[in-house]
Amino acid sequence: MAEEHGARAMFVAGGTDLFPKLKRRQFEVETLIGLDFLPRVIRNGSTECAIDAGVTLATAAHDSHLQAGFTGYAQAAGLVSSPPLRNAGTIGGNLCVDTRCNYYDMTYEWRKAAGFCIKKDGDICLVAPSSPRCWAVSSSDTAPMAIALDGVVGLAGPEGDRELPVSALYRDDGIEYMAKRPAEVLTGLRLRKSANTRSAYVKLRRRGSIDFPIAGAAVAMELDGESVIGCRIVLSAVASYPLEAAAAEKFLKGKRLDQETIREAAELAAKPAKPLDNADLSHFWRKRMVRVVVEQAIQRVSDQRAGFGG
Amino acid sequence: MKVVGKPLAKVDAAAKVTGRAIYADDMLPARTLHCRILRSPHPHARIVSIDTSAARRIPGVVAVITGSDLPVKFGILPVTQDERALEHEKVRYVGDPIAAVAATEEEIAAAACDAIAVEYEVLEPVMSIEAALAIPKDERIQDYGGPNNIHKFVSLEFGDVDGGFARADNVREDVFFFQGNTHLPMEQHSAVATYIDGRVTLWSSTQVVHYVHRALAKVLELPMNRIRVIGAAHGGGFGGKTDPFAHEIIVAKLAMLTGRPVKCTLTREEVFYAHRGRHPVLMWIKTGVTADGRISAMHFRSALDGGAYGSYGVASTFYTGALQTVTYDIPAYRFEGCRVFTNKPPCGPKRGHGTPQPRFALELHLEKLAHDLGLDPVELKRRNFVKPNTRTVNWLRVTSCGLEECTDRVIKASAFHQRKRFFGRGMGFAISSYLSGAGTAIYWNDMPHSEVQIKVDRGGVTAFCGAMDIGQGSDSVLATIVAEELGLQPADIRLVTADTDTTPIDLGSYSSRVTFMAGNAALEAARKMRALLVEAVAAKTGAEASAIDVSEARVGDCSFEEASVLAEARFGTLTTAGSYTPPKIAGPYKGSGVGPSPAYSYSACVVDLDADARTGLIHVNKIWIAHDVGRAINPLLVEGQVEGSVYMGLGEALMEEQVFRKGLHKWPSMLEYKSPTFLDMPEVETFIVETNDPEGPYGAKEAGQGPLLPVPPALCSAVYDALGVWIDEIPVSPEKVTEALRRKEKGEPPRYGPPRFPSIPYPEAIKVQPPPKDFDAAAATI
Repeated sequence: MAEEHGARAMFVAGGTDLFPKLKRRQFEVETLIGLDFLPRVIRNGSTECAIDAGVTLATAAHDSHLQAGFTGYAQAAGLVSSPPLRNAGTIGGNLCVDTRCNYYDMTYEWRKAAGFCIKKDGDICLVAPSSPRCWAVSSSDTAPMAIALDGVVGLAGPEGDRELPVSALYRDDGIEYMAKRPAEVLTGLRLRKSANTRSAYVKLRRRGSIDFPIAGAAVAMELDGESVIGCRIVLSAVASYPLEAAAAEKFLKGKRLDQETIREAAELAAKPAKPLDNADLSHFWRKRMVRVVVEQAIQRVSDQRAGFGG
Repeated sequence: MKVVGKPLAKVDAAAKVTGRAIYADDMLPARTLHCRILRSPHPHARIVSIDTSAARRIPGVVAVITGSDLPVKFGILPVTQDERALEHEKVRYVGDPIAAVAATEEEIAAAACDAIAVEYEVLEPVMSIEAALAIPKDERIQDYGGPNNIHKFVSLEFGDVDGGFARADNVREDVFFFQGNTHLPMEQHSAVATYIDGRVTLWSSTQVVHYVHRALAKVLELPMNRIRVIGAAHGGGFGGKTDPFAHEIIVAKLAMLTGRPVKCTLTREEVFYAHRGRHPVLMWIKTGVTADGRISAMHFRSALDGGAYGSYGVASTFYTGALQTVTYDIPAYRFEGCRVFTNKPPCGPKRGHGTPQPRFALELHLEKLAHDLGLDPVELKRRNFVKPNTRTVNWLRVTSCGLEECTDRVIKASAFHQRKRFFGRGMGFAISSYLSGAGTAIYWNDMPHSEVQIKVDRGGVTAFCGAMDIGQGSDSVLATIVAEELGLQPADIRLVTADTDTTPIDLGSYSSRVTFMAGNAALEAARKMRALLVEAVAAKTGAEASAIDVSEARVGDCSFEEASVLAEARFGTLTTAGSYTPPKIAGPYKGSGVGPSPAYSYSACVVDLDADARTGLIHVNKIWIAHDVGRAINPLLVEGQVEGSVYMGLGEALMEEQVFRKGLHKWPSMLEYKSPTFLDMPEVETFIVETNDPEGPYGAKEAGQGPLLPVPPALCSAVYDALGVWIDEIPVSPEKVTEALRRKEKGEPPRYGPPRFPSIPYPEAIKVQPPPKDFDAAAATI
């Protein structure tokens, strides 16, 4: 059905992002294909957890197995938006959530007054007018954490089912931000870890609720006592895709987690982050805060290891 | 007292929480047409042409109107009638209304608006105070006022200011900026109009049915008796529904043209454009103090960014200079105010109208002065507190005043002077005052400001009053006062309010006037009714009138119902009326009409917070606030108003800002315009202080606005206490804090705020002789 309707149709699960966007005419489609019929189950294993795409963010956040074994993921799901929206919004929806920009996430009338942007109805990027591309920001809280936890998504499409690592699901483009084919449905997420993996997610936003991230750090770390065996650090809301901090990951490997190491790793992780003036607060401040959220996330992982709790 | 002073539920509580209350947007009379408004996409432009032909051809479109259909100008203040319901010559901000469509569906109306072709000649927008003071590149925004885009000057001097500075031992100057913000009521503006038998009826979410009534009569060119304005159930105003609005006039006009009911509910984005919110104000303040910490003179300058139209702006300008003297005894005072036009939605009254900005500046300035002198800021302020029953240097009459007690309560409860001092944790203190109703009406007239009629009929009591309950609980206050006098419960009183056909006048829910003014009118009407009932029972039973007790639904030995039958038999139809006219207390100078109030409320506040030096993020731990309300007619409602004010004040202090980018409102949405959530709201400990005002009903004063005022300065004082940096600009966003800390580290002044106050060509000050010190002697001179 999706193939038949092409760009005139969209999938809808929770609809928490989609419906307001229809109203603001950011999305203009004739057909919505509901995904309510898909299963909504969490299947737990000791080193793997499979979550159906239709599981709500609230369910994922409150799942005791996820909280214990995939702590950062449960935290990220629990920090999306507000309680009513987490009750409706799904984990699949949050992985696919549209990129954001405060020149784009406005009503039709506002965008018309501002001059339409490249992401919808226009031909320039209002944040970086000299750039040929769209700089809308990846604003999923759970996507960076899914990458850090070695996640794999299941995709079902007219050409059959396939699996794709979450890290390969996104593209560095504000418009074509997903590698998923338009007619493919994201059916589930598998998170994977070793027995000694700890994870944490730290989100920066102006208020205690509702807001999308303006910076975020997802950290998953495999630890052997004091030292780091392996580590993934993925940033949210500082690029058009979840940005993996490879230099910091490499730096941490084999290191002991002391204050100095954490600080240095955070410094390295923050370097590639390039926030622009298209989200809340100034981008200079946001850039400086990336270091802080990464440090806090690593610190939390370190605290879990020491038994301080999440 | 049986019901006054009791924490009873609001009379409309069940209707509100069960969804039974009918808001304007709930109304859908048969054959209703939906209206949408085409608004300007340009901040400043001349309209060359408007072509509505394509819109008219869309099936479902019933009527399209433009500015030529509604050419008569209106505005809330008689001196600034500068608005049109629809502009056809020039637009002055993004969102200025140009055309309106009535259609069978709202979506059709929106599509029709999109199909209207407007040709513009774009003009250079003026987007800041500095730009408005300069010579305009193209042309002025409005064709009155001046020079350049200056709208209004005020320049007043009371007492010997130069002499006061000359005898000061310490003089300090500071510059502050208070960013603009908006009301953000939960309910968007909404209005429904019908036109039946040559009469217009408008239901609207408004705070002021009377002023809307006047504007409709003027623009529609109909006599007032052919227009009826009814206040629908209200989802919050905070000052944002105190002007007559374009959409109210538009739906009335469309109803007249189509003969069908027409409804317009603004979108959230449009509410940001309707605005009339807090003026951004740049302020300069200079104060002299003697060695003993007494103020010898003060000079205050303000520059208000008014947006594109007048609205309440002239009054707002006066208010930025009026109430400084109501909390501190200032023997000599010069005030220079200036409002400019910019190409933004018009600013107007928001909770505290024109006074939170100067209060922010004044409190922080005195805090800094105290640090200069090595004095405890609380002590410095205390030494200068006004005393009850005095006249200020600018002739304002202070009667009851609970400043001392409010201060004592919060300082003691917060253990302010015993607080532990460490980096990152801080406490701040501030005080404030506000009006219990403006002493003068918006348009000059000698009529009462509020009137109440009571009808008693076979035991049923109905009170009629024009006052509009905007959620603050004015209906409950009226019912409580009438019930108290007649020995009944508030729930026994039927209320008919805010309907220009059936209720006598009340000027509306603004300037914190309703409890004081409508309350006094209700009290007079209820006491007259009580006298009739008592007299009838006395005649029947032979008891002394003075011995007849009226309480517990009984009048002496009779039930209330029996008493009402006796009284009706004796006097005929039982109706009484009461009215309230404020005392004539304004000083003998031009401009003295803004500031006088029959009574002032007082507040004191302490904020306790953690400030993170690394991120600049602030976490407010707790707020203590004491409010002198004179007398709490319902302490539950007073606490609600105080806590709501604290919430709103915190939002302004920490995050809310109406800002613009490339001529457009940067974020006209509830997601992007940040206002605190439940999770951002700290614990609030509220103290109600009762000073029993001699003129308030049962001693009551205002509670709805004043408690907002001390919150922003107390928060900034606490930030200084925590981190040693001054944030002289609201809101205190984290980036400002980190920047101030960076400056401190580099050895620069540890401050974030406006660097200077612009040069403004204020006119020569009008010199006003201060009143005699003696309270009664001062009264005698007016």
